[in-house]
Amino acid sequence: MAVPKRKTSRSNTRSRRANWKALPAVLTTCPRCSKPTPPHQACPSCGMYKGRHFAEAERTEHQA
Amino acid sequence: MPTPSKGPRLGGGPAHERLLLAGLATSLFEHDRITTTEAKAKRLRPLAERLVTFAKRGDLHARRRVLTVVRDKSVVHRLFTEVAPDMAQREGGYTRIVKIGPRKGDNAPMAVIELVREPLSAKKATVKEAESATRRAAADKKKADEAKPAAAPAAEVEATEVDDATVTPAEVQDAPTQDAPVQDAEVDDAPAKATD
Repeated sequence: MAVPKRKTSRSNTRSRRANWKALPAVLTTCPRCSKPTPPHQACPSCGMYKGRHFAEAERTEHQA
Repeated sequence: MPTPSKGPRLGGGPAHERLLLAGLATSLFEHDRITTTEAKAKRLRPLAERLVTFAKRGDLHARRRVLTVVRDKSVVHRLFTEVAPDMAQREGGYTRIVKIGPRKGDNAPMAVIELVREPLSAKKATVKEAESATRRAAADKKKADEAKPAAAPAAEVEATEVDDATVTPAEVQDAPTQDAPVQDAEVDDAPAKATD
């Protein structure tokens, strides 16, 4: 079985990990309650999507 | 080895997937609306819609076909007597999937899948009728045009098609007479004839 010949240096480890970046969440504005909401999803604050209400989508402050 | 066409199977194997989907379909027809993961909702949709099609057919054979998936007779009865009449006007699109936020715990993307039971809106019904009328009229007109021998516009259309398509000997013979006014067409035809 192939195994690493050398220990990976701190420098290499860190330079590899420096590229792990978080992306900002893509958000749009809900047309009904004008709160930020993910696109193509029922709004988590008012539960509306394309004129229909989905109670299952609603999230309280603690659940979000 | 058969490869699953829509990504890995749900559950641990084909039988497990069948059981999972059957359970989801049963719940969907019982409650009209269920909350599940997005992947399961997407896999459930084609199965559920096929079952609704059987329900619309409504005969004993269709009922037995549905009973092979949905084992609960009361649910099947509800599907055939309550759900199917609501879908009579609809041609497919019996379910609606709406994404909701991720689940707490494993952050799985969740969705609501529901039966679309509200009647087709009057506006949409009118639009559909108008569209089908237009289509019928167009079909009639096309038939009439084809009946007319050597109609001028039809000939032009054929000439352009000849340029695009692979040139068969019969078309090459026809082409020069029809293409007379079109300069480009003749130029295009020349090398084709040379190669033939």
